[in-house]
Amino acid sequence: MSRVKLFLPLLLFVILVAFLVRGLQLDPRAMPSALIDRPLPEFSLAVLGEDRIISRADVIGEVAFFNVWATWCISCRMEHPYLQQLADQGVPIFGINHKDDSAAAELWLEQLGDPYQLSIADTEGTLGLDLGVFGAPETYLVDARGIIRYRHVGVVNERIWKGVLQPLYEELRREGAP
Amino acid sequence: MKPLAGTIFTRVAACLLLCFALVSASHAVIETYQFSDDALAVRYRQLSAELRCPKCQNQNIAASNAPIAQDLRKLLYKQLEAGASDEEILQYMVSRYGEFVRYRPRFGGVTLLLWLAPLVLLLGALAVVFSVVRGARNTNDAFSEQEQQQLDELLEDER
Repeated sequence: MSRVKLFLPLLLFVILVAFLVRGLQLDPRAMPSALIDRPLPEFSLAVLGEDRIISRADVIGEVAFFNVWATWCISCRMEHPYLQQLADQGVPIFGINHKDDSAAAELWLEQLGDPYQLSIADTEGTLGLDLGVFGAPETYLVDARGIIRYRHVGVVNERIWKGVLQPLYEELRREGAP
Repeated sequence: MKPLAGTIFTRVAACLLLCFALVSASHAVIETYQFSDDALAVRYRQLSAELRCPKCQNQNIAASNAPIAQDLRKLLYKQLEAGASDEEILQYMVSRYGEFVRYRPRFGGVTLLLWLAPLVLLLGALAVVFSVVRGARNTNDAFSEQEQQQLDELLEDER
């Protein structure tokens, strides 16, 4: 019995190490969104480059991505070509132009291509605030009923698309189909 | 001699002044808000110290100059001026950024672990200390009757 007791500190140490190793693998910036399984917030904002004012009802109805972007965001420029690829494959993506200069944003879409169905001009960042956005780029997956189902913080690239977003997207589309 | 002492004094004074200047620079408020009521200003300071910046996770929104922290300070100011209670403001923030945004999360749900873990660990540590101390007390260092007898006999022989 006392022999077993001698190994107790070692056992505790191993448990501690297991926790520390796990901690190394976790991303401390990964934060669950508070809005998962909650409806996309209501808004009433202009469409970028148009005079039209749209609201929540105008953008829901099918499974779609909402990509928070801005011209001041360098990572957004990195993910832009990939979003374009996805859009070319027919994936619906709405843009949320977050706290940006509208003229600069229009120029950006003109020069780099426009992967978005439309971009919501969230100049003051009010929609971003309601969404709990804390930096661009962020990408939200919203289902056909307008419920937020997933949030990805950071650049969308092939690895994220194939590994995370595409499976979720296809599952949601199947969910809505029958 | 006198001029030298003078220079040392001015140098020391200059250093001190510089120190104060640095301290005040590091505490510089990024933007100032004019509150209609001093009580609101006090609540603003309390709340902005308690709300955590979602982007820069180890700073509160009072200390961070990240854009999101600026936005949240502005929002906090507007809500305070609009007459929102502390509870309403915190609820507003938590519903958008999660329990994470508070440095003093509510008691309940997932945060129970956060609140109770230190207490559980303390009790565990006390239990260990208690059992070790009691174990030490139970080991009887005194001689048994038989041993005492043997010792007495040995001592007898010596004499």
